[in-house]
Amino acid sequence: MRRRQAIAVLALAGMFVSLYLWLHKLGLIGVLQCGTGGCDTVQASSYSVFLGLPVALYGVVGYAALFALGLVSVRQADGSWGWPDTAIAVLATTAFLFTLYLTALELFVIHAICRWCVVSAAIVTAIVVLALLPIGRRSIGTVPPNS
Amino acid sequence: MKGFYILLVAVGIGGAGWLVYSARNKPTERPAPATPAAAPAAGAFRGYTLGSDSAPITITEYSDFQCPYCASFVTVQMPEVRTQLIGTGKVLWRFRDFPLPSHKYSNLAAMAGQCAGEQGKFWEMHDQIFYNHQWAERGKNPSGQFREFAKAIGADVARYDACMDSQRYAGRIEESRQEGIAAGVDATPKFYFDGRRFDGMPTSDTFKHIVDSIIATRKR
Repeated sequence: MRRRQAIAVLALAGMFVSLYLWLHKLGLIGVLQCGTGGCDTVQASSYSVFLGLPVALYGVVGYAALFALGLVSVRQADGSWGWPDTAIAVLATTAFLFTLYLTALELFVIHAICRWCVVSAAIVTAIVVLALLPIGRRSIGTVPPNS
Repeated sequence: MKGFYILLVAVGIGGAGWLVYSARNKPTERPAPATPAAAPAAGAFRGYTLGSDSAPITITEYSDFQCPYCASFVTVQMPEVRTQLIGTGKVLWRFRDFPLPSHKYSNLAAMAGQCAGEQGKFWEMHDQIFYNHQWAERGKNPSGQFREFAKAIGADVARYDACMDSQRYAGRIEESRQEGIAAGVDATPKFYFDGRRFDGMPTSDTFKHIVDSIIATRKR
């Protein structure tokens, strides 16, 4: 149960990070609190838009969906694996892969690191680990009765 | 379970409060975009340009072909600058060589740019050199690679070779560097808006904001 709660809390925190970056992209927040200035470089690059929409907006939507699914899974009386867990695992894995792609762009193409993107990447990584944990445990035969 | 909901509310209030605080602290004006600096000295050759000569603002860029930040600017920010500022007639973009002495092949790259420019292909070579910037990290003499770039952009390679061998633009490149030193260039890339030095983070958004501000101020 605590695993699902942690996913919901992390998703909510991630949603605020993405909202922050999205609002900046919309011009509603002046200067990103970044330190290195890499955030401006990344946010202003052509890679901050994906399929015509700001990347940060994908983050807001993705985290919101993870948060909603997390709440649903937390409210499940039965602790066994259910459809919300499957949905979270799929969504979190997709988000993790997308984050890997974005991080590679920062490192090897844009040559600038946005600290908020790193925070988001850490959150996504934590979520995907938590989401896939029961699968890993099951595969080695140690899945607890209430995950 | 109660503790979980308390934690959620705490994160929610904290996050919302942070966003509201950030939005309220939005500066009405960005920091002063430019520091007064000496205008570039007049010379016979003033650098290759992009855009309309009648554009209201000239941005002069002092750049080093081997500098990774210059490459990053060209590949990441410049496409937006070309579309939003140069393509719209707001800006005339002027490129000035500023080969840093610490970079072994900067002068060679600048020469390749000038020799391509002799054939009307400076910007094509400029893009080749910056978009294929792996040469700058290998530490090997990139002459052969620059020659391949010249071929790729459709330059007359024999003429390009003759130009490179003669080093005939060495004086022009050094003049450009001296002009930059006189203007206060201390790092690359460095930008000047109508002769006024810009010391902020060079992003297309920032440049657009500054250009629009200057144009709006002049209209008043």
